[in-house]
Amino acid sequence: MKHHIFRTAWAGILALSVCATLSSNVIAASREDTLVIVSGASVNSMDIMRVGTNRPSYQVAVNMYDRLVSFGIRSEGNGGYRYDSTVINPELATSWELVDDGTAYLFNLREDATFWDGSRVTAADVKWSFDRAVTLGGFPGVQMSAGGMNSVDQFEVVDELTFKVKMTSSNKLTLPDLAVPVPIVINSKVALANATAEDPWATEYLHKTPAGGGAYMLERWEPGEQLVYTRFDNWKNGPLPAIKRVIVREVPNSSTRRALVEKGDADVALGLPNKDSKELSEADKLTVVSTTIDNSMHAVGLNMNFEPFKNVKVRQAVAFAMPYQKIFDTAAYGLGAKMWGGASTSPTTTVWPQPFPYDTNIQKAKSLMAEAGYADGFEVPLSIDLSFAEWTEPTAILMQESLGKIGIKTTINKIPGASWRTKALVEKGLELHLKNFGGWLNYVDYYFYWVYQKGHLFNSMNYMNPEVEQLVDVTLPMAVEDPRYEKNIKRLMEIGFNDVPLIPIWQPTLEVAMAPGVEGFVNWFHRQLDIRSFTKK
Amino acid sequence: MLAVPSLIGVIVVAFVLTRSLPGDPAVYFAGITADEESIAQIREQLGLDKSIFHQFIVYCKNLTQGNLGVSLNTGQSVASELSARFPASLELTLTGLALALMAAIPLGILAAVNPNTWIDHLCRIFVTAGASTPIFFSGLLLVFVFYYLLGWAPSPIGRLDFFYLSPPKVTGFYTIDAMINGDFETAAAAAKQLILPAITLAIFALAPIARMTRSAMLTAMGSEYVKAATANGIDRRKIIFVYALRNAMLPLLTIMGLVFSYLLGANVLVEKVFSWPGIGSFAVDALVASDFAAVQGFILVMAVMFVVLNLVIDILYTLVDPRVSIDG
Amino acid sequence: MGDLLLNKKVVRNTDTKLDPELSQHSQNSATPEQHDWRQQTWYILSQNPISMFSIVLFLIFILVGITGPFWVPFDPIASDTSIALQAPSFLHLFGTDHLGRDVFSRVVVATRLDLWIALSAVSISALVGTSLGCLAGYFGGWYDRIIGRIADTILAFPLFVLAMGIVAVLGNSLTNVIYATALINIPFFIRVARAEVTIQRNHQYVQAALLSGNTHLRTLVFHIFPNCLPALMVQMSLNMGWAILNAAGLSFIGLGVRPPVAEWGIMVAEGANYIISGEWWLVLFPGLILMLAVFCFNLLGDALRDLVDPQKRT
Repeated sequence: MKHHIFRTAWAGILALSVCATLSSNVIAASREDTLVIVSGASVNSMDIMRVGTNRPSYQVAVNMYDRLVSFGIRSEGNGGYRYDSTVINPELATSWELVDDGTAYLFNLREDATFWDGSRVTAADVKWSFDRAVTLGGFPGVQMSAGGMNSVDQFEVVDELTFKVKMTSSNKLTLPDLAVPVPIVINSKVALANATAEDPWATEYLHKTPAGGGAYMLERWEPGEQLVYTRFDNWKNGPLPAIKRVIVREVPNSSTRRALVEKGDADVALGLPNKDSKELSEADKLTVVSTTIDNSMHAVGLNMNFEPFKNVKVRQAVAFAMPYQKIFDTAAYGLGAKMWGGASTSPTTTVWPQPFPYDTNIQKAKSLMAEAGYADGFEVPLSIDLSFAEWTEPTAILMQESLGKIGIKTTINKIPGASWRTKALVEKGLELHLKNFGGWLNYVDYYFYWVYQKGHLFNSMNYMNPEVEQLVDVTLPMAVEDPRYEKNIKRLMEIGFNDVPLIPIWQPTLEVAMAPGVEGFVNWFHRQLDIRSFTKK
Repeated sequence: MLAVPSLIGVIVVAFVLTRSLPGDPAVYFAGITADEESIAQIREQLGLDKSIFHQFIVYCKNLTQGNLGVSLNTGQSVASELSARFPASLELTLTGLALALMAAIPLGILAAVNPNTWIDHLCRIFVTAGASTPIFFSGLLLVFVFYYLLGWAPSPIGRLDFFYLSPPKVTGFYTIDAMINGDFETAAAAAKQLILPAITLAIFALAPIARMTRSAMLTAMGSEYVKAATANGIDRRKIIFVYALRNAMLPLLTIMGLVFSYLLGANVLVEKVFSWPGIGSFAVDALVASDFAAVQGFILVMAVMFVVLNLVIDILYTLVDPRVSIDG
Repeated sequence: MGDLLLNKKVVRNTDTKLDPELSQHSQNSATPEQHDWRQQTWYILSQNPISMFSIVLFLIFILVGITGPFWVPFDPIASDTSIALQAPSFLHLFGTDHLGRDVFSRVVVATRLDLWIALSAVSISALVGTSLGCLAGYFGGWYDRIIGRIADTILAFPLFVLAMGIVAVLGNSLTNVIYATALINIPFFIRVARAEVTIQRNHQYVQAALLSGNTHLRTLVFHIFPNCLPALMVQMSLNMGWAILNAAGLSFIGLGVRPPVAEWGIMVAEGANYIISGEWWLVLFPGLILMLAVFCFNLLGDALRDLVDPQKRT
C-alpha cells in the first residue's frame, strides 16, 4: 500500500517537472532589455502627494508621471549627467509665456500626449492635479508654496490644451518649482473614478496604483523588495527611453550593493559609500560617477541658545579648530568639494556653495576662545544623526579630538533618524550637531531662506539676524537678472562667513557605480532616480 | 486559555512601548520641508492630537475588527504587510530549524553513544561555538566566503534573484508555491537564496538541540527497557535508533518550541544581513521610524505565534508519546 | 548527592543550633567534607578538560579586562588618518581601522566594557528575577500567578526586538542597553529561582527554620535562597554569554555604545562595510574575540553545572 502511494507521488512530481520547463516564471526577456538597479532606499508609495510618502518614492513621480516643464540635462563627461538649473525644457507643455504683466504663465500642452490608457492629457487633468497638490496639505503644499502657489484659484483651464498659472506677484521661483517632482499631471478621469466621498482626491487608489502618462509604467511593486518599470512606448513628452524594462531592487546593505555591481549581477548601484566609490573608480572596471550635489553642504551647526555659542568668537574658534582635511580624507575619502580655506572674508563670486574663510588653526582658535572668555573651554554634547553615521560618525570622532585641543570637551550623542527631525529641526535643541541641507531650487537666497531665517525648519541653530531676515525676504522673489540680486546674495554669504552659526565642511557627492556599457545617470537636485536617461550597450 | 492574560499584557505593553518611542511621526512624515501648519495637519490625520487613552481605545476597537492600522513607513496596511512578510520569515526559520535538526540530532546521538570521550567533547565544543557566534558575524562571514570569494552562493538580495518573479501565492513559501505552480526553476532559485541565511540560523540553533538530544538519549539508554532490549540481544543500532531515539523525542519537542521562537527573534539580524524581506527587518525599520502601528502589529503577531506554537507542541507531544502506539 | 552536600553546608553556616544532628555532623566532619568538596571539584575538572579550558580562558578574560588598558601598545581612541586601514602587521597585530586606530588595542580595551555590560545586566536581572522567582516559588498562589504572567509576557515578545524597543524608548545610551539586556534576562532567573525554591520549600530544614521562630521572609532569604545559589550561578554564567551577544547585536544595528568607545559589537558593525573591499581584519578580530568570550561563558556555565549537579549535564 505504502509503495503504491509513493509511486503515485513520484509520477506526480515527474509530471510537474515536465510542465515546469514549459511554464517557468523566469523572465524570458534577455538582460539586454532589462536594467537592474540596486538601491539602498525603500519606496513606500506610488503617490508623491500622499502623507508619509518618503523621499525614495519621488522616483515614481519622476519616471511614471510628467510635469509641465523640466530642467535641462548636461553631460559631465564621465558617463554621468547633471541637471541644469538654468535651463527649463518643455515636458508636457510645448511652450509657455509670461502674461498679465509678468504675473501669470500660460502653458500650451502637447497635442498628441496621452496617458497610459490612451486618453488625451488635457488642461483639466493639469488643474485637477495642481489643485490636489495645494489642497492635500503636508509636503506637496509646502513645496508648491515655495513657488508662490497656494490656492486652487491660481490654476485656470483656458481651453482643452491651454493652462494658466496665476502668481500673486512676479516670482522667479514659480517656473522652476513646476519642474520639481511634486506638480505631476495625474489622469484625473481614472483617479476620479476611484475617488470616494471621504477620499475625494483618490489618495488610497493612487497610493498603490499610479495613473499617469510618464515614460515608464508600473509592472509590479513589491514594497520592501522591488519596483519593476516597463516602458510606455507611446510616450511623447521626450525622447523615448532606450531601456524597455527596469528592475529597482532594494538592497539595504551598501557592501552587498557594491558586490552585486562588481560581480556583474546588477547594472547600477546607487548610494555607494565614498570609500567603495573611490576604490571602484581606481580599479577601473566599472564606470563610477561621482558628482557634487547642488546647493548642499555637510556642516556643523552651532545652536545660538547654547550660552557659549552666542559669542561669535567662540563660533569662529570652533571653525578654526575643525580638522577639515582629516575629516575630508576620512569621512569623504576626498570626494566632494572642500568648503574651507576661502581666501577672503567677503565673497568675490556668486558661486554657491563656496569655501568659507576658515582653516585648521588651533593657535588662532585658542586665542579666540581666550578673547571670548572661555580660555578654559566648556563641555557640550555633539549630536549626530544615526541614519547618516557613515559620514557623521568619523567626522564627530575627529572633531571631538580636535575640539579637545581648545578645551571644548564633547560627548558624542547618536540620535536615531526618527528622533533626529524632532530634536534637531523641530525642537531645535541640539547644541552642537552635524547636519546637511540641500535646497531643491538652486539659489543662494533659497538656501538662506531654509537654513538661516528665524524659525524655519532647517535653522536648527536658532540663528536670528535682522539683516538676513530682511535680505532674504526681498531677494527670494527677485529675478536673477536684477542688478540688486548679486549684491544681496554676496552680502548674505558674507554674513554667513563671519557669523558662522553654520560651519560647512564639504559639499557632498552622489556616488553611483555602473557596469561597463551602462550610461546615463543623472544627478538631480532631488537626488532620486531618473531611469529615463539610461542606456545600455 | 492560559495564554490570554499574557496576550492582554502584550497588547498593553506594545501600546505603551510604541507610544513612548521618541521622534514625532507627524514630523517624520510631513517630509523635509514641512512647516508647523502641515505638521499639525498630519498629526490630526494620524489621530495623534487625541489623548493617549483615546488612542488606546481606538486601537483596541480596531484590533477587535482585525484592523492593525496602516504602517506609516511602508504605506501598506500592517495586516497585509505582515501577511506578505510573515511567510518569508517562517520559511527561513523553518528551513534553518530543519537544517539544525538534521545536523544536531546526529551530533547529539553521537555524543550520547560515546559519553565523555573526545567525540563527546568535540561535539560539545562544536555546538557551543556555534551558539557563541554572533549571528551577524557568521552571516557576514558566510556571505563573504561563499558569495564574494567562492561565488557558490547567489547574491544575498532576499528571496529570489533579479530575474525570477515571485510565484503566485498559495502558502507564501516561495519554494513550495513555485512547485505547486510547477515551476521548478523558480523553486530551485528560491531554495538557493534560502541556503546561506538558513545555515546562519542553523549554526546558532545547533547547541540546544544537540545537547537536549544527548541528555535525552543518555536517559533513554540508561532506562530499563533499553537494558532489557540489550539483554535480549537486539541489534545495538536498532536499540539506539528505534527504542532510545523515539523516547528521546519527547524532551526534544519541548525544547524545539523554545528554539523556534528564539530563531524567529534572531531573524531580525539575519534578515538585515541578507536583505530578507521578512517581519524582522520590517520591525527594525518600523522601530527606527517610530512607526507605531507596524511595531505593535509585529509584536502582536509574534505573541500570537508563540501561543499557537505552544499549542502545536502540546498536540505533537501527545502524538509522539510512546504510550500512544504508532504500530497499531 | 551534590545538592544534599551543599544544603548541609549552608545550613551549618547560617544557623547551627537548628538541628542537633546536622550541626553535629558538620562540626565533626568540617575539614574532611571541605576536602571532599575540593577533591570532587578537581575530579570533575580533570575528567573534563573543556571545563578546565573554560576556567583558564575566563581568568585570562578577567585579567585582560582589568589590566588591558595599562599595557595596550596604542591609545585605542587616538586616530591617525595617515595610517588608516592597514593590514595586520608586526606593529599593528590586528591592523588599523578607518580612522587609523589600532584594532588590537581597541579589542583589548573593549574587553572591560563588554564584560562590564554583561556583568551588570546579568546582576540586575539576577537580583530582580531571583527575588520575584523566590516569592513566586515560596508563597505560590497569587504571587505565583502574577509573577508567572510577567515572565510569560516578557517571553512572548521577540526578546531582541523588545531590547531594541526599550533602548529606542529610553534613549540611546550604554546604561539603557544594560537595562534592556537586564529586562530580557529576568524571566530566566524567575523560572530558575521559582523551580529551585519550589523544590527546597519541602525540605526538612525549612520546617526546622520555621519552627524555631523564623518568619517566612527570613526563612526564604537566609535559609532557602542560599541553597538556590548554585543553580543561579549556572544560570548567570550562561546568561553572561547571552548578554554579551545581545549587547553586541544592539551595537550592530547602531544602538548603544557611543563612539569613539571601543566595543566588540560596534567594531564588527563598523567593519562590516569594509569586508567586501578586502579589509577583513576589521570584522574578523573583534568578531572572533566576541565569539570566544561568549564561548567561554557558555562553557563555564557547563562547568559550573557539572560541579553543582553532575546529573543535569547535557
